[in-house]
Amino acid sequence: MTTHSGAETEAAGARLAMTLQAGDVVTITGELGAGKTTFVRGACRALGVTGAVTSPTFTIGHRYEAPTPVAHLDLYRFVGLSSSEWGDLEPYFDGTICFVEWPEQGAAWLPRVRAVVHLEHVAADTRTITIDDADDSRV
Amino acid sequence: MILGLETSCDETAAALVTAEGEIKANVVASQVDLHARYGGVVPEIASRRHLELIGPVIDETLSAAGVTFADIDGIAVTAGPGLIGALLVGLSAAKAIAWSRGLPLIPVEHLHGHVASLYLQPTDLQPPFTCLLASGGHTLLLDVSDRGWENVRIVGRTLDDAAGEAFDKGARLLGLGYPGGAEIDRLAKEGDPAAFSFPVARVPGLDFSFSGLKTALLYTVRDLGPDAVAERKADLAASYQHAIVRALTERVHEAAGDRQIAIVGGVAANSALRASLPEAIAAPLALCTDNAAMIASAGRYSVRLTSPEFLALDAHAQSL
Repeated sequence: MTTHSGAETEAAGARLAMTLQAGDVVTITGELGAGKTTFVRGACRALGVTGAVTSPTFTIGHRYEAPTPVAHLDLYRFVGLSSSEWGDLEPYFDGTICFVEWPEQGAAWLPRVRAVVHLEHVAADTRTITIDDADDSRV
Repeated sequence: MILGLETSCDETAAALVTAEGEIKANVVASQVDLHARYGGVVPEIASRRHLELIGPVIDETLSAAGVTFADIDGIAVTAGPGLIGALLVGLSAAKAIAWSRGLPLIPVEHLHGHVASLYLQPTDLQPPFTCLLASGGHTLLLDVSDRGWENVRIVGRTLDDAAGEAFDKGARLLGLGYPGGAEIDRLAKEGDPAAFSFPVARVPGLDFSFSGLKTALLYTVRDLGPDAVAERKADLAASYQHAIVRALTERVHEAAGDRQIAIVGGVAANSALRASLPEAIAAPLALCTDNAAMIASAGRYSVRLTSPEFLALDAHAQSL
């Protein structure tokens, strides 16, 4: 699909969120500025997160209380992922719907992924979003 | 004297601060140092590193100040927000020391710590003031009415990327080294801040948005091509930095009105930001990035828990 504003990218995240349940892992890939955090913010809003949803690049992980808790991870700062680094991240997957930005570094460790989202720059505000869902019946 | 411990993210730190706010020792084992020491090999960002370092860092702190545990009357420790496993290392160490020495434990908000870096000697700033807290993970405008944390009001915040993250990702787009903020600051001194115009989104109220700025730089870098980017790197760094600094400066002025302005956090070390807010009280450079002196300082204005009350204390990952 193609979106033409941050609001439309958020709406795309919200639509995916409505198909998710506790234990689901969603990876989000795309270059810097492609709209990964924007997409996750839309999903978080739809899942009932009311506070600020900001980039976890430096903090690595955010966990939001909501009817189903939501985790938002960002592996941008990792170079590969050691077993002890994975050990630190594991609690964020526990009972949550978990969104993972820059998942490439954690490819060997991530639990089974429910949906794979990829965002691409087209023009200033235009993005193409592809979503590969592991379970099409729930979309 | 309060022993402060900080392990919320990359830094393993301990410090000793007196009741009057004098720093007796301040030790930070930083990932940036390790990064340099191991020749560019990025050390793991994991609680295991904190676990290896916390004991030696506390020992070094005590010996630097020439004191023992007997001279300490409270342990202040960052309880959140941060990476859960990393926080637990500091919190567990603090509980163990407090329990075995019969000392009170003082849980501290990491962000309160940044503000409390201003309460140390010789800065010793008295509220009220408007505080810009800008780092890699956070960008907040705070209305500070007293030295505690309960009455601090958040009046503005970033809606997407933190200012420090904008610096760091901008540096990456320009092919600069790590840490990116310091690299941009250095290179910008040789460039023209008016060479390029990078728009910063104006969002309602006193909030910030830096995500679009990063994208604007990306498109400029693409349009210029690698040769022109290499040639004009200093101009790009100066213009990009100018856009971030202008956005921060405008908002902090709007929020403060006639009140005193203060700046804390890693971005407060940026020379252009300091120059553009000459009237502001800035945290000393050594206390801008994460450290434990600020945590011990915040501990002076926070609730002391006694045993066994503090044994049940948990870390919290939640962002504000």
